[in-house]
Amino acid sequence: MPTSQILFAGLINGLMAGGIYVLVAVGLTLIYGVLHIINFAHGSLLMLAMYAVFLLWRKPLGLDPYAALPIVTAGAFALGYMLYRALIGHFSHGKDENILLITLGLSIVIDNAALFLFTGDTQTIDVAYAGRMISLGPALVALPKLVSFAAALVICLLLGLLMTRTDIGKAIRAVARERQGARLVGIDVERVMATSFGIGIACLGAAACLLMPTYYVSPSSGHAFVLIAFTIVALGGMGSFKGALLGGLLIGIVESIGGLWLGEQLGQIGIPLVFILILLLRPTGLFGAAR
Amino acid sequence: MTQWKVRRQAVTRRGFIAGSAAAGVLGFPAVLRAQARTVRVGLIHPVTGFVAYSGQQSRIGAAMAIADANKAGGIKGMGGATLEAVLGDSQSKVEVGVSEVERMNEAGVAAYIGCFQSPVGIAASQAAAKYNTPFIIDVGASDLIVNRGLKNVFRLKPGFGKCVDDAVVALGEINRAAGSPAKSAVLVHESGEFGTGTAKLLAGKLPSIGIEAKELIPHDNPTRNMDNVALRIRGIQPDILIMSNYVNEYTLLARTLHQQRVNLVGMFSVLGGGFNYRLARDLPDVAENMMDYNHWFNPKSSKAQDLKRRVEATGALFTFEVYLTYNSVMLLVDALERAQSADKDKLIEALTASTWSTDIVPYGPTRFVNGQNEGGRAVGLQVQKADIVVVHPAEYASAAAVFPKPRYN
Repeated sequence: MPTSQILFAGLINGLMAGGIYVLVAVGLTLIYGVLHIINFAHGSLLMLAMYAVFLLWRKPLGLDPYAALPIVTAGAFALGYMLYRALIGHFSHGKDENILLITLGLSIVIDNAALFLFTGDTQTIDVAYAGRMISLGPALVALPKLVSFAAALVICLLLGLLMTRTDIGKAIRAVARERQGARLVGIDVERVMATSFGIGIACLGAAACLLMPTYYVSPSSGHAFVLIAFTIVALGGMGSFKGALLGGLLIGIVESIGGLWLGEQLGQIGIPLVFILILLLRPTGLFGAAR
Repeated sequence: MTQWKVRRQAVTRRGFIAGSAAAGVLGFPAVLRAQARTVRVGLIHPVTGFVAYSGQQSRIGAAMAIADANKAGGIKGMGGATLEAVLGDSQSKVEVGVSEVERMNEAGVAAYIGCFQSPVGIAASQAAAKYNTPFIIDVGASDLIVNRGLKNVFRLKPGFGKCVDDAVVALGEINRAAGSPAKSAVLVHESGEFGTGTAKLLAGKLPSIGIEAKELIPHDNPTRNMDNVALRIRGIQPDILIMSNYVNEYTLLARTLHQQRVNLVGMFSVLGGGFNYRLARDLPDVAENMMDYNHWFNPKSSKAQDLKRRVEATGALFTFEVYLTYNSVMLLVDALERAQSADKDKLIEALTASTWSTDIVPYGPTRFVNGQNEGGRAVGLQVQKADIVVVHPAEYASAAAVFPKPRYN
């Protein structure tokens, strides 16, 4: 049985892991909240962003992943915006099921293009601070993981402020609530939807910069996070940032403590158990709105 | 009557010429067909999916071997027949590997080489057995592959049983030479056939060299986070950590342990999927003094060094997948030469009786017993100053093992 010190350290590890899950999930929940679609290309786009961080870090550019954060985030936003405008919005003809299929197809194209361009080789980046550890009581936390946890909180806060204090945020909320009504009051719905998609993908850009100091990238690495992101989005409530934040941290803790109690394999069972329990009690998720 | 006689003579002369031509085509088909003959070889590797890197490396080795064999004149015993690769992607999935066997059977392959992953190799070779088509396993480690009594299955490299036996001997010798600082171990392994089989064998044999296996920690593929594994290892405080996993999780675990400053007498993997030049060069601090018991090329072989140069000139790393698959193709070429035919029964017979040898890897002459080559072996390796050196056995060693590894401050 794990000691209290080990459990505390496990709790901290879970929170740190949850921070990354939050970053991946918050983009997905924004996309769902506004566009009402599950973006099946989310994992593939995360992988692409991670490769961007890797390529910027490699010589001759030699850009640190944290320094690359504004570039990769902006680039990811631009990519997401263009993907929606040129592909998803254009070919879906307004039908949700078409959007689903387009994102699925996009995922396949991106994965195989990455495999062709980068081969199946696993790439890592080695930064000087990757090995720096911060002591939090009995827990030792790698500095990059602490940074990514803090960044996840900041990004969620910024997104919250964007949604509530800016005109584009109000427009996004209006389109999410009632698309036709938003159109009637003069909101350019297509532009807002493309912007929402762009913001969702920009979150992946940030997640990639925060992940790379401690993780690896290969053409299949994005999918390891996106499956859990789907769980968090449903658990937290579709379209809810608060839900994605709390859901992500909860899942991180459950996964970590479950792994300590039951072993790394069986410990994963905690995630679907918590998921089922919460949906039984609150079918729309922790902070989801009933429609 | 005269007309009839003339007709008879005309038929006889023309008939003789036509008959001679027909006899030439029908009577000596092998000679005529051999001039344009190709022998199709099915290559099944996971070039997509979570072990895509390893599959792609295997394919590099196979392509190079086929090119070399064809350049050297093809299969001389078959009139210079050339090898033609029929490529298949198992997508790291068992069912896809099996369907590739079926597809390639339709394409008329004479033999298969594959599949990197043990579960895929087991299922695919079973499917090939229906057609009595030889199946050469290039990298699969599980001993289940060769313990099924299938006459069509051949594995040139040693399985995890032999690798574990030799690894335990090596670890025992290295530990004793250092004064036996290692008395306990934790084994972290991937939860599939390769990792579980290797870990269980190791756990049973470690006590024979005075090391207690305190815990076996399985993990899935892929694993996002190894922090808790590192935490458990720190809690158990073993002297050595033994890993058996594929490349991504191997790298992630090694990195996490380094970040968490987990002090160990040594890190020793058996068939460590991520122990390669990329780990040593990209993460030198993480990899320094890590040891692995794995398939390796013979550093003293000029042929191996030449192959290494050629592979590295393409931008690829010279990993074990490359030369193990290269050798598997060359084994097949030798068998085709001796069988002088791509007939499946003859080819299986030729493979069974094979004594083919190469100095690219530190193997003795081939000797198949129930499909397993008894002449193969792995070697003890260590990362020293961002390079990989052979540390065991002495006849192939290029450096002494650094053991115990220096502690973290």
